[in-house]
Amino acid sequence: MTHRLTEGTQVLQVDTLARVEGEGAMRVEVRDGEVTDVELRIYEPPRFFEAFLRGRAWTEPPDITARICGICPVAYQMSSCLAIEAACGVTVPEEIRLMRRLLYCGEWLESHALHIFFLHAPDFLGYQSAIEMARDHRELVERGLRLKKAGNALMTLVGGRAVHPVNVRVGGFYRLPTRSELAALRPALEQGLDEALQTVALVSTFDVPEMEQPYEYLSLRSEHGYPLESGSVVTTGGSAFPVAEFEGHVTEEHVAHSNALHARLHDGDPYVVGPLARYALCSDQLSPLAQEAARAAGLGGECRNPFRSIVVRAVELVHAFDEALRIIGGWNGAPGPAVPVPARAGEGHGATEAPRGLLFHRYRIDDDGTILEAQIVPPTSQNQASIEADLRAFVQPRLHLSHDELTRQCEQAIRNYDPCISCATHFLDLRVDES
Amino acid sequence: MTETAALPRLAVWKFASCDGCQLTLLNCEDELLALTGQIEIAYFPEATRAVVEGPYDVSLVEGSVTTPDDAERIRRVREVSRRLVTIGACATSGGIQALRNFADVEEFRSVVYAHPAYVATLDRSTPISAHVTVDFELRGCPIDKGQLVEVLAAHLQHRRPRVPSYSVCVECKRRGTVCVAVAHGTPCLGPVTQAGCGAICPAYARGCYGCFGPQDTPNTASLADRLRWLGMPEIDVLRVFRTFNAGAEPFRRESARYEEVVP
Repeated sequence: MTHRLTEGTQVLQVDTLARVEGEGAMRVEVRDGEVTDVELRIYEPPRFFEAFLRGRAWTEPPDITARICGICPVAYQMSSCLAIEAACGVTVPEEIRLMRRLLYCGEWLESHALHIFFLHAPDFLGYQSAIEMARDHRELVERGLRLKKAGNALMTLVGGRAVHPVNVRVGGFYRLPTRSELAALRPALEQGLDEALQTVALVSTFDVPEMEQPYEYLSLRSEHGYPLESGSVVTTGGSAFPVAEFEGHVTEEHVAHSNALHARLHDGDPYVVGPLARYALCSDQLSPLAQEAARAAGLGGECRNPFRSIVVRAVELVHAFDEALRIIGGWNGAPGPAVPVPARAGEGHGATEAPRGLLFHRYRIDDDGTILEAQIVPPTSQNQASIEADLRAFVQPRLHLSHDELTRQCEQAIRNYDPCISCATHFLDLRVDES
Repeated sequence: MTETAALPRLAVWKFASCDGCQLTLLNCEDELLALTGQIEIAYFPEATRAVVEGPYDVSLVEGSVTTPDDAERIRRVREVSRRLVTIGACATSGGIQALRNFADVEEFRSVVYAHPAYVATLDRSTPISAHVTVDFELRGCPIDKGQLVEVLAAHLQHRRPRVPSYSVCVECKRRGTVCVAVAHGTPCLGPVTQAGCGAICPAYARGCYGCFGPQDTPNTASLADRLRWLGMPEIDVLRVFRTFNAGAEPFRRESARYEEVVP
């Protein structure tokens, strides 16, 4: 690029965002040195889950909605189970809640390890991919693979398989793992915990651009510890409300450039869900080891630099290993794998913390269990407005950079969110136009 | 960087899908680095920013065709691919999003989006084979890691992949799982579903729900009668054939028989 970004009309554009889950594009337009337009464009084709869920049985959403996302199927299974159980007036026993939490730890491990080592770290270390990075840092990539494998092993035991687990049902599970099967996972999880601690130490040394987010953070907060499978909604603006009131506080709007709907708080401001939000609102509930790792990494009580989300994600890896070991250590079996959830007419809401942030489901069902209406709000559509706002704030002071370098850094800024575009469709799209 | 020029080039493409099948490639934790010594990953946006220009020796295609642009794009993918292998239920039968094929997509669009005009979509979700010649179809929702490695290894060794087309029942017997249908009366699609997953569901005390699509010679009518005999309502028989492989012909045909009797 011979022309300077500060002169005339310039466009930073990436037609296929790499190292994100799904299909998105970015366009940032700069006119005479001012950022005039920012779009994260989601062209991932719509699949219409909310439409074809109508007419299905109340027992089917865990299997069907898992297929929205191959990276976080458990999140879909968990939020849908909670919503349907709420509609039917059933609360699952403590043991089932714990086993759900354990399965969810597996998903966090698999997803966070994938993002830290395969999608995000190459940006900080200057590679196009983890495979290229492996030529110089083989041990690092092998560590990422081991961490991911430990998460997948947990998913495979508790869920039946790593992608689209088969063992989750409304009311609980089909079969619970035995104590000896769970105990067999301990060595891999213990090694994983050590390696997760090393990962926090490593990623905390990565150079990050200076940046501060002004947005409100939103996550669940739960009496059962750092939020995963349960809780009600809290924000850094001081709001607190039950999951059932989520839609009263958040609006989704459909913009022309995206097949994802943008979610905003009702005052119209963007908000952020995911690791940064959970950390800001619930770091006191992290395991002691994870809290110590966060302190050593210099995180403080709140982290507002989205480029340091990789550090928070690594801290959450530590927590997820710790939590999985704690649950396995205390597991004494359960009276049964599931409780009955007889259908009744009603409406139910469910939210859990997917690796990328809060995932909300609502179902309205008929007295014979037929689904009449389904509503799903995935994390990436909630983050889309703040991703665009981040880009706008990020690009403006960096117009002295070369076109290619700034484009690369914009992509990195998007990856801060670990956007899952497959999820966000209905529910994303980015182009930088420098004009 | 020394010998990569001589390695076969792999490309991974995504159409309408959940990413789970391409994730399966990254889930080959024990094989991935060894594999990259044998194959050059030339195009795989989910894993790398680097783009190596085609043509490619093997293209793995995930997802179904659901937009006018994608119907064009798959033709370009075919042109630059020596072998084209579809991975997963979306690419081989249209996926769960093929449920639109039984409904009015305009109505679907208006249910999900406030401004349906912003969304370009086709009225049917179709498998890759409906658009271009496919050299090999790998089944599953998601695909099985072992089968994916087998397909890539077979390509490197210039032989046909050993991927069976018999039913899940064979895998249950081999695994020593007691038949959930016979012993417990649990509705199970195992007899009509292709093997490949390792018969996971019956091992977890549930019936097979058909992720790998129809086996070679499925007697879906007989199985449907059995499901009815076990007490399954007609609407549920329709639903069990209308999931992730609803567009696969034997499953589509069986579900259509029940469409007539379900109000």
